[in-house]
Amino acid sequence: MNAEWRWDFTYQILPKLLWATLNTIMAAGIGYAIAVVVGLIFLVGQRTPYKFINIIVREVVEFIRSTPLLIQLFFVYFVGPQFGLILSAWVTAMITIGLHFGTYLSEVYRGALEGVPRSQWEACRALNFSTIYTYKKIIFPQAFPIAIPGMGNYLVGIFKDTPLLSTIGVAELFHAATAVGGEHYRYLEPYTMVGVIFLVLSIPAAIGIRKLERSVNKAQGKVRN
Amino acid sequence: MSYFSFLAEHGSTLLLGTVTTVKVLICATILYAIISIIFGLMRVSNNSVVQGIATVYIEFFRGTSLMVQLFWFYYVLPFFGLSLEAFTSGVVAIGLNFGAYGAEIVRGGILAVPKGQWEGAYALNLSPAKRMSRIIIPQIFPIILPPAANLTVELLKATALVALVTVVDLTFEAKQINAITWLSAQCFGTALIIYYIISRFFLVPFLRWLEVLAARKVGKEKI
Repeated sequence: MNAEWRWDFTYQILPKLLWATLNTIMAAGIGYAIAVVVGLIFLVGQRTPYKFINIIVREVVEFIRSTPLLIQLFFVYFVGPQFGLILSAWVTAMITIGLHFGTYLSEVYRGALEGVPRSQWEACRALNFSTIYTYKKIIFPQAFPIAIPGMGNYLVGIFKDTPLLSTIGVAELFHAATAVGGEHYRYLEPYTMVGVIFLVLSIPAAIGIRKLERSVNKAQGKVRN
Repeated sequence: MSYFSFLAEHGSTLLLGTVTTVKVLICATILYAIISIIFGLMRVSNNSVVQGIATVYIEFFRGTSLMVQLFWFYYVLPFFGLSLEAFTSGVVAIGLNFGAYGAEIVRGGILAVPKGQWEGAYALNLSPAKRMSRIIIPQIFPIILPPAANLTVELLKATALVALVTVVDLTFEAKQINAITWLSAQCFGTALIIYYIISRFFLVPFLRWLEVLAARKVGKEKI
């Protein structure tokens, strides 16, 4: 084994890796879309008038949040067939990511709702607005800007957790790198290139989120140091 | 096969794996705590070179995925003649990755110490080293511990990844048992429950206790 970086090999594998990057982005995007919806369901589940349901949903959220995504992936992937329910790797991945990050997003939503000043709720009550009208016209427009930074962070978070999907055989970037590395028995270039691709994609995303956060804060009249 | 006979047969193996997981957790937590404080301090340095190094480090490790770093440490470093044991590379990768996140928390904590404290330290003509070690650092702990607690729970979850570089931890054992018995619900379910128990009944109470301790130390009672 030598530590020499081989550019010809890098150029040879780069198209393959870039194609696989599309899969990674797709996985992150679909997973995120599911997580956004699942997060809402978890949020509503914790705010029902029935205390019993709230407590159960709360515990489920806590459970999913404090167990590793990796084992959840294995669990969904392997337990289905045991009961005759065969899911493809992609479907498993999307369900698991949706559930896992849905719990995180529900926390973001909760924080955003609690970030809306109490007086706003009281004013709605005083003006006798209906619940739907209150949420739609008063609370939601104020809560959404508060939720944006957190939501953005988890988008990047999902993106950075997509390599885990390679363990159940989703053909994303990391999977491609491992396959290419195994073919040529050179892991230096594939894995390093994966790191570079991740950096190239996630740093602009992080900067974008920071900018968004700043503009949201400014629009809300809060000044940040 | 009932669940209890499954536990009787494979429970000890899973427990052995749990011990390794806890070892990884403790080592990585210590490493990440040290790294976060060092790089957090470097991040607020006035020296632009020192600050630049810390920024590059933080952005690099936050920008690439933990799994990529882990595999890089384990499979690529041998190319450079540096072969790390699986356990070591796991701990180092997790420590460096979470250290980058932790450094940002520490930076936030340092900036959140009230300005009056800084001015007081200047007014008393304390040396920079004394100002940091005696005045500022002791006050950051109540500020940084709540977000650091969240990060540490994330770290516990991230330790599952070391199984992928052949560290024989809880995840690894669960996978092994699954491959032998195909009782997936039982073995992965048990692993999930063990992780939940570690987090809910050991790690989180311990971190809460630390928070209370830190708050008391600077004279802020915490409920």
